[in-house]
Amino acid sequence: MNNQVAIVGVGVSGFRSITPDLSYKEMMFEAAVKAYEEAGIDPRKDVSSFVTVAEDFNEGTSIFDEYVPDQLGAVLRPVHTISSEGIHGFIAAVLQILTGQFDIVVVEAHSKASNIITKSHVLAYAFDPVFNRPLALHPYFVAGMEMNRYLFETGTTHEQCAKVVVKNKSNALLNPIAAHPAKVGIKDVLASGPVAEPLTRLEVAPHADGAIVMVLASGETARALTDKPIWVRGIGWANDTFWLESRSWGQARYAHLAARMAYRMAGIRYPRKEIDFAEIDDTFAYKELQHMEALGFCQPGEAGMLTEEGATELDGDLPVNPSGGSLGEGHLLDATGLARVLEVVLQLRGEAGKRQLEGVETGLAFGWRGVPTTSGAAAILSS
Amino acid sequence: MTMRRVAIVGAGMTKFVRRAQETAKELAWEAAKMALDSCEMTLDDIEAVSMGTAPDSFDGVHMKGEYLSDGAGAWGKPYMRCYVGGGTGVFSVIHGWYHVASGVFDTCLVVCEEKMSCCQPHPQGAFLTIFDHTTERPLWPNLLWIFALEMNAYMSRYGLKKEDIALVSVKNKRNAADHPCALLGDPNITVEDVLNSEVLAWPVQRLDVSPVTDGAVAIVLAADHVARRVTDKPVWIEGVGWSLDTAYWANRDLSYPTYVEEAARMAYKMAGITEPRKQIHIVEPYDPFDYKELHHLEGLLLFDKGKAPEATALGITQRDGDLPVCPSGGLLGVGNPIAAAGLMKVAEIFWQLRGEAGKRQVPGNPKRGLAQAWGDLMQVGTVVILGV
Repeated sequence: MNNQVAIVGVGVSGFRSITPDLSYKEMMFEAAVKAYEEAGIDPRKDVSSFVTVAEDFNEGTSIFDEYVPDQLGAVLRPVHTISSEGIHGFIAAVLQILTGQFDIVVVEAHSKASNIITKSHVLAYAFDPVFNRPLALHPYFVAGMEMNRYLFETGTTHEQCAKVVVKNKSNALLNPIAAHPAKVGIKDVLASGPVAEPLTRLEVAPHADGAIVMVLASGETARALTDKPIWVRGIGWANDTFWLESRSWGQARYAHLAARMAYRMAGIRYPRKEIDFAEIDDTFAYKELQHMEALGFCQPGEAGMLTEEGATELDGDLPVNPSGGSLGEGHLLDATGLARVLEVVLQLRGEAGKRQLEGVETGLAFGWRGVPTTSGAAAILSS
Repeated sequence: MTMRRVAIVGAGMTKFVRRAQETAKELAWEAAKMALDSCEMTLDDIEAVSMGTAPDSFDGVHMKGEYLSDGAGAWGKPYMRCYVGGGTGVFSVIHGWYHVASGVFDTCLVVCEEKMSCCQPHPQGAFLTIFDHTTERPLWPNLLWIFALEMNAYMSRYGLKKEDIALVSVKNKRNAADHPCALLGDPNITVEDVLNSEVLAWPVQRLDVSPVTDGAVAIVLAADHVARRVTDKPVWIEGVGWSLDTAYWANRDLSYPTYVEEAARMAYKMAGITEPRKQIHIVEPYDPFDYKELHHLEGLLLFDKGKAPEATALGITQRDGDLPVCPSGGLLGVGNPIAAAGLMKVAEIFWQLRGEAGKRQVPGNPKRGLAQAWGDLMQVGTVVILGV
């Protein structure tokens, strides 16, 4: 899949830990205007289809699809919602362009997490209502159990997980849109108090508000619109089982399947050699390591060592989450994966400012829907 | 540009019931299994799964798509949930269509499930949460109210009487008497029954409205080369269209569904249809309320504005009429498990075009049919055109 679909414009609002001065509509509008301006398009005439990503319970509104067209300039146009991860929405846009029936497709995702007062209670509604919800545990117990199993199966140490937090929050210091940058040490992370043993507070990505809009176009249109199209080379997504009782706890099988599909499409055989950097879901610190392994960047048990050695830092051999990831930028609910794609775009364009990586041509973005799901999606982009 | 051809090769549906004993996952699986069995395929033949299901608040499950994933047969597969409110059922076919038409997949299983009975005491309570939290929710609005406003606008614009509209309910509930999965089929219902039913929000009465329902429907999509191998009777997706109007519904002319017209024009263009009234032989427009069938027939450009009631009175929309409308029995007769009801309409066109609709079969070997759904705040139109 070469030179068929490209990203020709991006726009962002946020990211901030709280946004009392703006509604989600205003944030979407801001991001959309920036993206359309960058792509040089008029949404009312030039866009063939719009995709938004949203989950009703996060919005506090049922059928949230109703409230998206106005602020995107999409009234009386083809618009639909994807209730999955941000990268799933991105993929929906790519698929539409690949049909040959759509020339320019816009994808939007946002988070107004600061409006949700009882996040853990909302998330508890994601559990199986018959078998799991009656346990009435904080939803992050799933992450605690999974981390335990991951550490046990791979020999990864808790310190190595903590290093991910140190790295990502430090990268975020160089990222002006990051909501939660910080200079912290491994000891700070380990001593930050348990959330669900062994997971500690600083190992959990704090939430942030923000909106992201991207304009995608088919090959010829992309070349006409911009000198710096970022090409989509591969997409992949997959679900493992939803049952807590029968899933693989140590390994992220969904990430493995999603990556395999994306690599096949992109013609990538040796990800470690052919991909220059990656933006990988790090909702929980151990997840970055577990996902790196599932994505085929290294063998199970090696991601922790690579992190310890500094291979995943900005000047390392395989930079991971140069943006700061969710731990540094903030977790954007359903928009989190699109934030991963955004950083890959900025890096490939050479617009990543102080955190710019040198000589990067191909990057991978991977998003996960968070507990209790086993749903992940990947996109491989090249300049 | 040439389009990769996509066909429906199999379909299955559960019974539509008021209160299903099965869990939502089990309903999804039953429909998926029936659809796969109908074309002698197994999950191993399915490359991707598309899910359509409406508000999470019915089931009380956050990220309902994830919860339903293994029930829909998506274990270890690419899986995505699409969502356009009440329009989801027909949109899920569009969603599956672009999975296959993109060239990325050769097969896609589309599953729609709804379990409204979980919502106690009644799903109308959950519908309160679809309204704008600042300007509308404080008024405690209800879906029946806003549709009563729309029905009123439609009736007064064209000087229609309740009797003209009740004919739709009578036709559909009678049609549904021949549907083995129907919840509200009634071969003996009359216009008087509709006019004498309890008033819910004038001019909407109980028999003008489709019921709260549990159920699931699934179809199997395949690319050209696979479809021809799997079946002798593939039903091709010839055109798709969808359109979403502004969220500020109170500013709109409620007497005409412009969004449906936009969606229809998009689908007609893709299918190369220039004279819909002649080129489409059978229609399943969305009929959660009886006036909506008329409203949508006009939006689909099949009848002039305000003329659909007259056509109904003349019997044109009967199963043996010139343009059979809702031969399945529609939502008014078969039932309305939101997303599943929309997909049921696509499945009905599939069965009708293959001549497999049993007692519901319309005469004259129809070659092309259209299914349409509607949703959000009287705001979205989704259209799929099928042909053989």
